[in-house]
Parts: sequence; structure tokens; C-alpha cells
Amino acid sequence: MTEFTLWDILHNLLLAARWTIVLSLIAFAGGIIVGLPLTIMRVSKVRALRTAVLLYIELFQGTPLLMQLFLAFFGLGLFGIEVSPWSAASVALTLFASAYLAEIWRGCVEAIPRSQWEAATSLGLSYLETMRHIILPQALRIAIPPTVGFSVQIVKGTAQASIIGFAELTKVGTILNNATLKPFMVFTLVAVIYFALCYPLTIGAKRLEKNFNVTRRT
Amino acid sequence: MSLVVLENIEKWYGENHVLKGVNLSVTKGQVVSIIGRSGSGKSTLLRCINGLETFDRGQIVVDGETLDAEKTDMRRFRQHVGMVFQSFNLFPHLSVGRNITLAPTIVKKLPLKEAENLAREMLVKVGLSDKYDAYPDQLSGGQQQRVAIARALAMQPAVLLCDEITSALDPELVGEVLKVLEQLAADGMTLILVTHEMRFARNVGDWLVFMHQGRVWEEGDPEALFGRPNTPELTSFIGTVG
Repeated sequence: MTEFTLWDILHNLLLAARWTIVLSLIAFAGGIIVGLPLTIMRVSKVRALRTAVLLYIELFQGTPLLMQLFLAFFGLGLFGIEVSPWSAASVALTLFASAYLAEIWRGCVEAIPRSQWEAATSLGLSYLETMRHIILPQALRIAIPPTVGFSVQIVKGTAQASIIGFAELTKVGTILNNATLKPFMVFTLVAVIYFALCYPLTIGAKRLEKNFNVTRRT
Repeated sequence: MSLVVLENIEKWYGENHVLKGVNLSVTKGQVVSIIGRSGSGKSTLLRCINGLETFDRGQIVVDGETLDAEKTDMRRFRQHVGMVFQSFNLFPHLSVGRNITLAPTIVKKLPLKEAENLAREMLVKVGLSDKYDAYPDQLSGGQQQRVAIARALAMQPAVLLCDEITSALDPELVGEVLKVLEQLAADGMTLILVTHEMRFARNVGDWLVFMHQGRVWEEGDPEALFGRPNTPELTSFIGTVG
């Protein structure tokens, strides 16, 4: 049996952490792209749209991410569609992130006072024009801190993609543990790497929040 | 000829009959002050005139355009009617200049250069020509309200509605806003104000409307009404507001 030095373990974990980062970025970017139209529909005047998005959000918030990953990975297979762990994890995490982001952003949009709507309406702006020029720019400003804060949940969420065989940080940690039989060392390192990824995001979110409280303008 | 005509406006909030058949006619250049206790329906009435509130019966005609909640092209209708609010409602993320040019460029499709010239012209009108690049939170309440007036004027409405626009201001800032209104009146702008400024209603206003329990209870020449109110309700109202 080959001996694994600490360096070997760390080296492999760091290589695997790249995929954690890539998957996080995909999920975050995907979540933003899907979440934005969901937010608009969630606050729309059309009741059916609001209800549909509400159901979507409840569905993803009310079931474990793990089940969502299973369904994306095995579920589509039932219909004869071959899904790689890569695409299954990307799709599941994107949908998961979009549901949470849409809910966070809904709160931000609704935090903009009604009087802003009235002022824009009385000037003749339409619903979408008001949304685009008045409401969303103001909502965006207050949305940045909680959005960055949520990115921490995404990074940690990618760990669950290990279950469907996606070779990210946690998966490689498990493999190394099986090979070295040094669980304490391996998983401590894994935890430290996750922490190193998440902590700057937490700090960033806090700082943004503070800046936002100091002044409303950039 | 009347510029604004309200015919038999009725409105319910659920069981609550807030407007009970209001008739009002405003001619071009007239300054109409609507006074009354809170809950008399005066603000609701004003908000009906630009469609911020719907009404259940009656019709409103502004500048020859009929407002009918279902069919009217609200976008076109609102270009006839400007509105200034109690709490200014400037857009805090936009500069003063952009607050004013936004609607002309988007709604009227005015080229930006023209809109900017228009905005500067309007700021001169309200005495704030040096605040073009400022942001709303750098201005005093009185200045913000004057920007709000400039913003409404930039759409070149036929009539300007003012909903208690000095009520949220510190007493020492009320004067500068009223002075702007007085100048607008002198320039021939048609104004409909819901106000608590009795002195302004008396000295600058051409027509006084006293609303009570969802009705126009009394109306007429301000000097005459203040001097000799016909109803006990107006007498007592004038007594309470001094």
C-alpha cells in the first residue's frame, strides 16, 4: 500500500476544491439568471404567475437539496436521458439557488416603499418601466449583502453533489479517507478548505451590509 | 371652458362610502384649494383625478380626455395631470437632474439633450438651478419638494395636483414651497391643492372647496367663504384651524 504524505493529501484536496469552486460559480451564476425572472414574476400583478413561482419556491425550499440532486441525476435517467454528475449537479444547484434568491429578492423589491410606485405611476411610467428604472435599481442595492451571504450556502451545498459521484472536495475527501484511513486529518483539512472558501464571503457580506447602512448611494 | 370636470364621482372602500357624488369644475389657470377634516375624502378625490385611485361611478374629464378606469389609456391621460405628494417621493438613487428627465425621456421619448435643457429650465423655475447634480438626500425637505414640483412640471401637464405638499415640512421650510406655488399660479398654471394652509388658500386661491363626509359641502370665492361660511360645519372647521 502506498503511503500518503500530508502534502499528497492536501495537494489532492486542493485540486478537488477547484471543482467545488467551479460548481459554486455555475450554481451562483445560474441561480442569478433563473432567479431574476422568477423574482419579477413573484411580484407581478398576475396572480397565476405569482402562485406558480410561489409553488416553485416552496418546492425547492421544502425538500432536501440531496433529493433534488437524486432526482436530477437518477430521475431523468428513467426517461432514458443520460445525465452526467456534472450536469445533474449544475442543474439541481442552479434551481435550488434560484428559488432561494428569488425569495430573498422578493423581500428586497417589496421593501421599496409604495410611494415610489405612486410617484413613477403618476409620471406616466408603465409597470415594467417603473420596475426597471425605479424599483430594481433600489432593490439591487439592498439585495447585495444577503445575496453574497447566500453564496455561502451554495458553496456548502456543493458538498452534497459528492453523493451522485461528482468529484469535488467532499467526494475526494471520502476517497482519500478510504485510502489512508486517516479520517480526522483528511476531514479536518476538508473543513479548513471549506472555511477558507466561505469565510471571505461572510466577511464580504458583512462589510457590504455596513457600507449600505452608512449611505444609500454608491 | 372647464379644464377639469368631475361629475358625480362616487367611491366605496368596501362598506365605506368615501365619495358620495362629487362634482367639481376647474377652469384653466384657476387655483382651487380643497380643505376639510381628515377622512372627508379630499385626498382620495385628488388621487382619483390622476388615476392613482379608481372610482366606482361618475366620470372625470381633464383637458378634453375622459378618465374611465377600464378603457382610458392611463399613460396618455397622466400626461395631462401632474402630481406632487406630501412626502416628496423623489427617486433617491437618481440625481436631481435624472429625477426630472426620466419621465420626459421614457414616457414622451424626448431626446436626452432636450430633456436636460427642460430640467434645467424647471429647476430655475423652482429656484434650484445649482442642484442639478445633487442627490435627494443632500437636499432639505423644502428643496426636495421643489424638485418634486419641477419633476411634475417637466411633463408639461395641464393641471398640477398637490396633495398636502407642505404638511411634511418643518415650519420654516413651508414658505419657500408656497412661494413656488404662488409663482406658478401667477404664471397661469392650473392648480388643485389639498391643503391645510388656510392663509394660502385665502390669499392665492381663486376657489375654495370645503369637503365634508365625502361631499362638496360648500364652495365659492375663498374670501367670501372664510368671511361668511354658510354651514355650521365650515364655521366649526375654520374655527378649529384658526
